[in-house]
Amino acid sequence: MATYDVVYFAWVRERIGLPREEVESTAQNVSDLISELSEREPRYAAAFSDLSAIRVALDQDLAQFDAPLEGVHEVALFPPMTGG
Amino acid sequence: MLDASLSEDRYARHHILPEIGHKGQDRLGAARVLVVGAGGLGAPVLLYLAAAGIGHISIADDDVVSLSNLQRQVLHSTSWLDQPKTQSALARLHDLNPEIEITTYPVRIYDAEAISLVGQHDLVIDCTDNLEGRYVLNHACFKARVPLLSGAISGWEGHVGLYHPAQGGPCFACVFPEAVEERPAQNKGVVGALPGVVGATMALNAIKHITGAGASLLGKLLLIDTLWNEQRLLNVAQDPACPVCGGSHQEGC
Ligand SMILES: [Zn+2]
Repeated sequence: MATYDVVYFAWVRERIGLPREEVESTAQNVSDLISELSEREPRYAAAFSDLSAIRVALDQDLAQFDAPLEGVHEVALFPPMTGG
Repeated sequence: MLDASLSEDRYARHHILPEIGHKGQDRLGAARVLVVGAGGLGAPVLLYLAAAGIGHISIADDDVVSLSNLQRQVLHSTSWLDQPKTQSALARLHDLNPEIEITTYPVRIYDAEAISLVGQHDLVIDCTDNLEGRYVLNHACFKARVPLLSGAISGWEGHVGLYHPAQGGPCFACVFPEAVEERPAQNKGVVGALPGVVGATMALNAIKHITGAGASLLGKLLLIDTLWNEQRLLNVAQDPACPVCGGSHQEGC
Protein backbone atom coordinates (compact mmCIF):
# COMPACT_ATOMS: atom_id res chain seq x y z
CA MET A 1 0.00 0.00 0.00
CA ALA A 2 1.36 3.42 -0.98
CA THR A 3 0.05 6.93 -0.45
CA TYR A 4 -0.13 9.44 -3.32
CA ASP A 5 -0.91 13.14 -3.47
CA VAL A 6 -3.44 13.29 -6.28
CA VAL A 7 -4.02 16.75 -7.77
CA TYR A 8 -6.93 17.58 -10.08
CA PHE A 9 -7.28 20.49 -12.50
CA ALA A 10 -10.11 22.18 -14.47
CA TRP A 11 -13.22 20.05 -15.13
CA VAL A 12 -11.59 16.98 -13.57
CA ARG A 13 -11.45 18.96 -10.32
CA GLU A 14 -15.00 20.26 -10.80
CA ARG A 15 -16.40 16.76 -11.24
CA ILE A 16 -14.50 15.27 -8.31
CA GLY A 17 -15.13 18.33 -6.13
CA LEU A 18 -11.62 18.57 -4.66
CA PRO A 19 -8.40 20.27 -5.79
CA ARG A 20 -6.25 17.53 -4.19
CA GLU A 21 -6.39 14.57 -1.87
CA GLU A 22 -4.24 11.80 -0.42
CA VAL A 23 -5.06 8.43 -1.89
CA GLU A 24 -3.95 5.07 -0.48
CA SER A 25 -3.66 2.46 -3.16
CA THR A 26 -1.99 -0.77 -4.23
CA ALA A 27 -2.28 0.27 -7.90
CA GLN A 28 0.81 -0.50 -10.00
CA ASN A 29 0.21 2.19 -12.62
CA VAL A 30 -1.93 5.25 -13.35
CA SER A 31 -4.65 3.28 -15.19
CA ASP A 32 -5.08 0.98 -12.19
CA LEU A 33 -5.26 3.96 -9.84
CA ILE A 34 -7.95 5.59 -11.99
CA SER A 35 -9.93 2.32 -12.13
CA GLU A 36 -9.75 2.04 -8.34
CA LEU A 37 -10.99 5.60 -7.88
CA SER A 38 -13.75 5.15 -10.48
CA GLU A 39 -15.08 2.15 -8.53
CA ARG A 40 -15.17 4.13 -5.27
CA GLU A 41 -17.76 6.78 -6.18
CA PRO A 42 -19.74 7.92 -9.23
CA ARG A 43 -18.08 11.37 -9.21
CA TYR A 44 -14.74 9.72 -10.02
CA ALA A 45 -16.32 7.56 -12.69
CA ALA A 46 -17.85 10.73 -14.20
CA ALA A 47 -14.51 12.55 -14.13
CA PHE A 48 -12.64 9.64 -15.72
CA SER A 49 -15.26 8.55 -18.26
CA ASP A 50 -13.21 9.90 -21.19
CA LEU A 51 -9.50 9.40 -20.55
CA SER A 52 -8.57 10.53 -24.07
CA ALA A 53 -9.22 14.09 -22.83
CA ILE A 54 -7.10 13.77 -19.67
CA ARG A 55 -3.33 14.00 -19.28
CA VAL A 56 -1.26 12.81 -16.35
CA ALA A 57 1.96 14.03 -14.75
CA LEU A 58 3.94 11.98 -12.22
CA ASP A 59 6.08 14.14 -9.94
CA GLN A 60 5.75 16.98 -12.49
CA ASP A 61 6.80 14.86 -15.49
CA LEU A 62 4.22 14.28 -18.23
CA ALA A 63 3.57 10.50 -18.33
CA GLN A 64 1.44 7.81 -19.96
CA PHE A 65 -1.40 5.97 -18.21
CA ASP A 66 0.61 2.75 -18.13
CA ALA A 67 3.52 4.43 -16.32
CA PRO A 68 4.46 2.65 -13.05
CA LEU A 69 3.65 4.41 -9.78
CA GLU A 70 6.55 2.97 -7.78
CA GLY A 71 8.43 5.76 -6.00
CA VAL A 72 5.97 8.43 -7.17
CA HIS A 73 4.67 11.05 -4.70
CA GLU A 74 2.36 13.24 -6.77
CA VAL A 75 -0.10 12.30 -9.49
CA ALA A 76 -1.56 15.29 -11.39
CA LEU A 77 -4.58 14.81 -13.66
CA PHE A 78 -5.54 17.61 -16.03
CA PRO A 79 -7.45 18.15 -19.28
CA PRO A 80 -6.50 20.62 -21.99
CA MET A 81 -8.26 23.93 -21.35
CA THR A 82 -9.80 25.54 -24.38
CA GLY A 83 -10.92 29.05 -23.42
CA GLY A 84 -9.08 32.19 -24.36
CA MET B 1 10.10 60.65 -37.43
CA LEU B 2 10.77 58.92 -34.16
CA ASP B 3 12.58 60.94 -31.60
CA ALA B 4 15.44 58.85 -30.19
CA SER B 5 15.27 60.51 -26.79
CA LEU B 6 11.53 59.79 -26.53
CA SER B 7 12.21 56.13 -27.31
CA GLU B 8 14.97 56.18 -24.71
CA ASP B 9 12.45 57.42 -22.16
CA ARG B 10 9.67 55.04 -23.14
CA TYR B 11 11.79 51.93 -22.57
CA ALA B 12 13.96 53.31 -19.74
CA ARG B 13 12.86 50.66 -17.24
CA HIS B 14 13.83 47.91 -19.69
CA HIS B 15 17.16 49.59 -20.48
CA ILE B 16 18.23 49.52 -16.84
CA LEU B 17 17.13 45.91 -16.32
CA PRO B 18 20.29 43.76 -16.59
CA GLU B 19 18.49 40.88 -18.35
CA ILE B 20 17.12 43.17 -21.10
CA GLY B 21 19.15 46.38 -21.46
CA HIS B 22 19.54 48.21 -24.78
CA LYS B 23 20.47 44.97 -26.55
CA GLY B 24 17.30 43.20 -25.42
CA GLN B 25 15.18 46.24 -26.23
CA ASP B 26 16.64 46.27 -29.75
CA ARG B 27 15.64 42.61 -30.10
CA LEU B 28 12.10 43.44 -29.00
CA GLY B 29 12.02 46.27 -31.53
CA ALA B 30 13.17 43.96 -34.33
CA ALA B 31 10.68 41.18 -33.47
CA ARG B 32 7.64 40.26 -35.56
CA VAL B 33 4.96 38.63 -33.44
CA LEU B 34 1.59 37.22 -34.53
CA VAL B 35 -1.13 37.21 -31.86
CA VAL B 36 -4.10 35.02 -32.78
CA GLY B 37 -7.18 35.98 -30.78
CA ALA B 38 -7.82 39.46 -29.37
CA GLY B 39 -10.11 38.28 -26.55
CA GLY B 40 -9.42 37.50 -22.89
CA LEU B 41 -5.82 36.31 -23.28
CA GLY B 42 -5.13 38.49 -26.31
CA ALA B 43 -5.99 41.64 -24.33
CA PRO B 44 -3.09 41.57 -21.83
CA VAL B 45 -0.77 39.93 -24.37
CA LEU B 46 -1.34 42.74 -26.89
CA LEU B 47 -1.26 45.54 -24.33
CA TYR B 48 1.99 44.39 -22.71
CA LEU B 49 3.73 43.53 -25.99
CA ALA B 50 2.80 46.86 -27.56
CA ALA B 51 3.91 48.67 -24.42
CA ALA B 52 7.17 46.68 -24.42
CA GLY B 53 7.97 47.92 -27.91
CA ILE B 54 7.63 44.75 -30.01
CA GLY B 55 8.45 46.28 -33.40
CA HIS B 56 5.77 44.55 -35.44
CA ILE B 57 2.58 43.02 -34.06
CA SER B 58 0.05 41.21 -36.25
CA ILE B 59 -3.41 40.64 -34.80
CA ALA B 60 -5.81 38.00 -36.14
CA ASP B 61 -9.40 37.86 -34.89
CA ASP B 62 -12.71 37.56 -36.74
CA ASP B 63 -14.95 38.60 -33.84
CA VAL B 64 -16.67 41.84 -32.82
CA VAL B 65 -16.71 43.38 -29.34
CA SER B 66 -19.77 42.28 -27.36
CA LEU B 67 -20.99 43.39 -23.94
CA SER B 68 -20.26 40.02 -22.29
CA ASN B 69 -16.58 40.38 -23.36
CA LEU B 70 -15.92 43.49 -21.29
CA GLN B 71 -15.91 41.72 -17.89
CA ARG B 72 -12.42 40.40 -18.79
CA GLN B 73 -11.23 41.65 -22.21
CA VAL B 74 -9.68 44.85 -20.88
CA LEU B 75 -8.27 45.86 -24.26
CA HIS B 76 -11.78 46.74 -25.48
CA SER B 77 -14.21 49.37 -24.28
CA THR B 78 -17.96 50.01 -24.20
CA SER B 79 -17.63 52.62 -26.96
CA TRP B 80 -16.37 49.86 -29.29
CA LEU B 81 -19.39 47.55 -28.94
CA ASP B 82 -20.24 45.69 -32.19
CA GLN B 83 -17.02 46.90 -33.85
CA PRO B 84 -14.34 44.44 -35.02
CA LYS B 85 -11.94 43.50 -32.22
CA THR B 86 -9.01 44.06 -34.59
CA GLN B 87 -10.08 47.71 -35.07
CA SER B 88 -10.66 48.26 -31.34
CA ALA B 89 -7.26 46.70 -30.63
CA LEU B 90 -5.52 48.74 -33.32
CA ALA B 91 -6.89 52.04 -31.97
CA ARG B 92 -5.99 51.22 -28.35
CA LEU B 93 -2.50 49.91 -29.14
CA HIS B 94 -1.70 52.80 -31.47
CA ASP B 95 -2.67 55.21 -28.70
CA LEU B 96 -0.53 53.23 -26.24
CA ASN B 97 2.53 53.06 -28.50
CA PRO B 98 2.55 54.87 -31.87
CA GLU B 99 6.18 53.80 -32.44
CA ILE B 100 5.32 50.21 -33.41
CA GLU B 101 3.84 48.71 -36.57
CA ILE B 102 0.54 46.87 -36.29
CA THR B 103 -1.13 44.76 -38.97
CA THR B 104 -4.68 43.43 -38.55
CA TYR B 105 -6.29 40.31 -40.01
CA PRO B 106 -10.05 40.37 -39.27
CA VAL B 107 -10.44 36.72 -40.31
CA ARG B 108 -10.40 33.21 -38.90
CA ILE B 109 -7.11 31.56 -39.81
CA TYR B 110 -7.37 28.21 -41.61
CA ASP B 111 -4.63 25.73 -42.48
CA ALA B 112 -3.20 26.86 -45.81
CA GLU B 113 -3.25 30.59 -45.14
CA ALA B 114 -2.09 30.02 -41.56
CA ILE B 115 1.18 28.47 -42.70
CA SER B 116 2.11 31.42 -44.94
CA LEU B 117 1.04 33.99 -42.35
CA VAL B 118 2.83 32.20 -39.50
CA GLY B 119 6.01 31.97 -41.60
CA GLN B 120 6.27 35.77 -41.72
CA HIS B 121 6.75 35.97 -37.95
CA ASP B 122 9.40 35.16 -35.34
CA LEU B 123 6.88 34.05 -32.72
CA VAL B 124 3.20 33.12 -32.74
CA ILE B 125 1.07 33.60 -29.64
CA ASP B 126 -2.02 31.44 -29.38
CA CYS B 127 -4.83 33.29 -27.60
CA THR B 128 -7.64 31.46 -29.41
CA ASP B 129 -10.76 30.24 -27.63
CA ASN B 130 -11.11 26.79 -29.19
CA LEU B 131 -9.10 23.59 -29.55
CA GLU B 132 -9.57 23.37 -33.32
CA GLY B 133 -7.84 26.74 -33.79
CA ARG B 134 -5.00 25.61 -31.51
CA TYR B 135 -4.38 22.51 -33.64
CA VAL B 136 -4.41 24.60 -36.84
CA LEU B 137 -1.85 27.01 -35.38
CA ASN B 138 0.28 24.18 -33.99
CA HIS B 139 0.42 22.47 -37.37
CA ALA B 140 1.23 25.74 -39.15
CA CYS B 141 3.97 26.63 -36.65
CA PHE B 142 5.53 23.18 -36.98
CA LYS B 143 5.55 23.41 -40.79
CA ALA B 144 6.95 26.94 -40.76
CA ARG B 145 9.41 26.14 -37.92
CA VAL B 146 8.15 29.09 -35.89
CA PRO B 147 7.86 28.85 -32.09
CA LEU B 148 4.33 28.79 -30.66
CA LEU B 149 3.55 30.27 -27.26
CA SER B 150 0.16 28.85 -26.36
CA GLY B 151 -2.13 29.69 -23.46
CA ALA B 152 -5.62 28.61 -22.48
CA ILE B 153 -8.04 29.31 -19.67
CA SER B 154 -11.10 27.80 -18.01
CA GLY B 155 -12.96 29.02 -14.94
CA TRP B 156 -10.19 29.90 -12.48
CA GLU B 157 -7.39 28.01 -14.19
CA GLY B 158 -5.05 28.20 -17.12
CA HIS B 159 -2.00 26.68 -18.75
CA VAL B 160 0.89 28.12 -20.75
CA GLY B 161 3.49 26.31 -22.87
CA LEU B 162 6.13 27.17 -25.48
CA TYR B 163 6.25 24.72 -28.40
CA HIS B 164 9.14 24.60 -30.86
CA PRO B 165 9.93 21.10 -32.17
CA ALA B 166 12.69 22.53 -34.41
CA GLN B 167 14.60 23.10 -31.16
CA GLY B 168 13.84 19.63 -29.79
CA GLY B 169 10.85 20.33 -27.58
CA PRO B 170 7.33 18.97 -28.05
CA CYS B 171 4.60 20.47 -30.19
CA PHE B 172 1.17 21.25 -28.72
CA ALA B 173 -0.21 17.93 -30.05
CA CYS B 174 2.59 15.97 -28.31
CA VAL B 175 1.23 17.25 -24.99
CA PHE B 176 -2.47 17.36 -25.91
CA PRO B 177 -3.11 14.78 -28.66
CA GLU B 178 -6.20 15.34 -30.76
CA ALA B 179 -8.92 13.24 -29.14
CA VAL B 180 -10.91 10.93 -31.34
CA GLU B 181 -13.97 11.26 -29.11
CA GLU B 182 -15.87 14.47 -28.52
CA ARG B 183 -14.49 16.24 -25.47
CA PRO B 184 -16.77 17.08 -22.55
CA ALA B 185 -18.31 20.51 -22.95
CA GLN B 186 -16.32 23.04 -20.97
CA ASN B 187 -18.19 25.40 -18.68
CA LYS B 188 -17.75 28.81 -20.30
CA GLY B 189 -17.59 30.65 -16.98
CA VAL B 190 -14.36 32.58 -16.35
CA VAL B 191 -13.37 34.93 -13.53
CA GLY B 192 -12.58 38.39 -14.92
CA ALA B 193 -9.01 38.72 -13.69
CA LEU B 194 -7.93 35.21 -14.80
CA PRO B 195 -6.98 36.10 -18.39
CA GLY B 196 -4.96 38.95 -16.85
CA VAL B 197 -2.87 36.47 -14.86
CA VAL B 198 -2.45 33.93 -17.66
CA GLY B 199 -2.14 36.48 -20.50
CA ALA B 200 0.44 38.57 -18.62
CA THR B 201 2.39 35.34 -17.99
CA MET B 202 2.31 34.73 -21.75
CA ALA B 203 3.44 38.29 -22.56
CA LEU B 204 6.23 37.97 -20.02
CA ASN B 205 7.43 34.70 -21.53
CA ALA B 206 7.29 36.22 -25.02
CA ILE B 207 9.60 39.00 -23.77
CA LYS B 208 11.91 36.40 -22.17
CA HIS B 209 11.94 34.31 -25.34
CA ILE B 210 12.79 37.27 -27.59
CA THR B 211 15.43 38.76 -25.32
CA GLY B 212 16.83 35.40 -24.16
CA ALA B 213 16.33 36.34 -20.51
CA GLY B 214 16.16 33.66 -17.84
CA ALA B 215 14.67 30.18 -18.11
CA SER B 216 12.64 29.25 -21.18
CA LEU B 217 9.23 27.55 -21.10
CA LEU B 218 10.46 25.20 -23.88
CA GLY B 219 9.73 21.66 -22.74
CA LYS B 220 7.58 22.94 -19.88
CA LEU B 221 3.87 23.27 -19.25
CA LEU B 222 2.83 25.75 -16.59
CA LEU B 223 -0.47 24.89 -14.87
CA ILE B 224 -2.07 27.67 -12.85
CA ASP B 225 -5.06 27.16 -10.50
CA THR B 226 -5.94 30.56 -9.03
CA LEU B 227 -8.94 29.24 -7.06
CA TRP B 228 -6.94 26.82 -4.91
CA ASN B 229 -3.53 28.55 -5.23
CA GLU B 230 -1.94 25.55 -6.91
CA GLN B 231 0.74 25.95 -9.56
CA ARG B 232 2.82 23.29 -11.31
CA LEU B 233 5.67 23.52 -13.81
CA LEU B 234 5.55 20.19 -15.66
CA ASN B 235 8.29 18.70 -17.81
CA VAL B 236 6.95 17.75 -21.23
CA ALA B 237 8.85 16.00 -24.05
CA GLN B 238 8.40 15.35 -27.73
CA ASP B 239 6.30 12.26 -28.52
CA PRO B 240 8.05 10.22 -31.26
CA ALA B 241 4.59 8.96 -32.30
CA CYS B 242 3.07 12.46 -32.56
CA PRO B 243 1.08 12.70 -35.83
CA VAL B 244 2.18 16.34 -36.24
CA CYS B 245 5.87 16.46 -35.34
CA GLY B 246 6.84 12.80 -34.72
CA GLY B 247 9.91 11.86 -36.71
CA SER B 248 10.50 15.50 -37.56
CA HIS B 249 14.26 15.01 -37.33
CA GLN B 250 14.24 12.57 -40.26
CA GLU B 251 12.11 14.35 -42.85
CA GLY B 252 11.60 17.98 -43.51
CA CYS B 253 8.09 18.22 -44.95
ZN1 LIG C 1 4.17 16.81 -31.67
